[in-house]
Amino acid sequence: MSRWLLRVVGLSYIGVLLAAPVGLVVWRTFEHGFGPAWDAVTTPAARHALYLTLLIAAIAVPANTIFGIVCALAIVRYRFRGKGIVNALVDLPLALSPVVVGLAYFLLYSKTGWFGGWLTGHGIQVVFALPAMVLVTVFVSLPFVVREVVPVLREIGTEQEQAAATLGASPFQTFRKVTLPAIRWAVAYGVVLTTARALGEFGAVSVVSGHIVGKTETLTLHVEESYQAFDYTAAYAASFVLALIAVATLVLMSLFKPKEEVR
Amino acid sequence: MAIVARSVTKRFGSFTALDDVSIEVPAGSLTALLGPSGSGKSTLLRVIAGLERPESGTVELDGVDVTKRPPQKRGVGFVFQHYAAFKHMTVRDNVAFGLKVRRRPRAEIRKRVDELLELVQIAGWADNYPAQLSGGQRQRMGLARALAVEPAVLLLDEPFGALDARVRKDLRAWLRRLHDEMHVTTIFVTHDQEEAMEIADQIVLMNRGRIEQVGGPRDLYEEPANEFVMSFVGPVNRLGDSFVRPHDLELRIEPNGETTAGTIERVVHLGFEVRVELVLEDGRDLWAQVTRDEAEQLELAPGGKVFVRPRRSRVFQTT
Repeated sequence: MSRWLLRVVGLSYIGVLLAAPVGLVVWRTFEHGFGPAWDAVTTPAARHALYLTLLIAAIAVPANTIFGIVCALAIVRYRFRGKGIVNALVDLPLALSPVVVGLAYFLLYSKTGWFGGWLTGHGIQVVFALPAMVLVTVFVSLPFVVREVVPVLREIGTEQEQAAATLGASPFQTFRKVTLPAIRWAVAYGVVLTTARALGEFGAVSVVSGHIVGKTETLTLHVEESYQAFDYTAAYAASFVLALIAVATLVLMSLFKPKEEVR
Repeated sequence: MAIVARSVTKRFGSFTALDDVSIEVPAGSLTALLGPSGSGKSTLLRVIAGLERPESGTVELDGVDVTKRPPQKRGVGFVFQHYAAFKHMTVRDNVAFGLKVRRRPRAEIRKRVDELLELVQIAGWADNYPAQLSGGQRQRMGLARALAVEPAVLLLDEPFGALDARVRKDLRAWLRRLHDEMHVTTIFVTHDQEEAMEIADQIVLMNRGRIEQVGGPRDLYEEPANEFVMSFVGPVNRLGDSFVRPHDLELRIEPNGETTAGTIERVVHLGFEVRVELVLEDGRDLWAQVTRDEAEQLELAPGGKVFVRPRRSRVFQTT
């Protein structure tokens, strides 16, 4: 009885809050058939938005993966001054509203900002261009790899690494052959979360991008822009593409994961 | 290859794990670092391996000062209490690790690994993962892995500590045989005095970051340097200022002038050995160890009167 009740509560929670909105997006996308939806996502503006979203993710995700692993190793394996501060700072992007992040970057890098004046003087355009969009995306998607890897590193301990060292492995060999394989699923999961966050970022990117159609408009901005212009099919179709990429990322990860992981 | 540690001091925060410790381990010997937990024995082993850096002091392997060398350049084999198996590798890959790192030819690696798996009796498990092995098998794999790179010295940190009593006994005897065949200078850490006495040529008994005594198993048992050594390597009774082993207590039915009267509290039969718990006239407790035949002869029973005399006892200078 209670098991049955739990199941109903769990499923309806997921149904109402997760499945229904996503289902609605799918339904609205293909409301008028496949043709209009296809046309909506193949306009030059939509194609550029998709390209830009993927490009930003392609820069931000590897950057945060490498930083995340290095940072997790530093937090778990080494003792240094200010470690507590680093540990707390890593979580800052989770606590800070993305709009605030966007604004902060805008203030730093716009023509009148601290770094912006010098950069603009040297012909480097940061805000209203790709660099700022990449920077804010890196910022908001930074914690995920670190937070996934830290507990796993703690759990595996240092004995395997010490064993590798006594067997003659250099620190880099130890990392590549012992540490990395042990944390690979945490890294993979962190990458999936980072990717999802990078693809879906709206607030911070919105502030620093300037919404230039065909130039600085990502897919999420394109959804909003289309929606504001009452072009619902375009908005839903672009949302559908976003959802599709997210699902594809998850599927890719589960494909790479061997069926019988021996623990 | 002889191992020498000189004046090694190691602190963890305010805790002094090793306090000016010096030892010499002769080439080809099997030495036990024995002591209670927190005595610094594992730390000393890890300092020798290069896994811990001492605050002061030096480590020499075969006359060469290796104090500043990282573990990968010391040529030591290390076996961990909790195996430290590479969980994502098969048994074969675990054992091959050190050889692969050294980029030895593939055929040579295969041959050597096969030999070692045979030697440690887990050849049938080569393609399994460590999680599929028993504790004893995992530790034998750990030993094979350490031996694969032909280390000049073999260091074992409570190698059988995580195993159950019977497996531990088997592996002990097996390790001693292995050592007799290979003659690799070996140090192993243990808190079990029986284990140390059974297999070591030399025992280094440690306590609170210092060495209490170094010697052969018999030296420590028969000529203990102090009270700590005497009570750590075997059971002991205290009689005033002197210490006496339970098997050095003579029990008699009749007094003979040198004896003290006592009352039997309990008689515990442990097969060949019989343990007799007594209270002397002055209220002191002690226990004697006698053989089954002696116990029968004396007709020992709880409540009975008996006369006690130490055959051999020791008095230590208090420091």
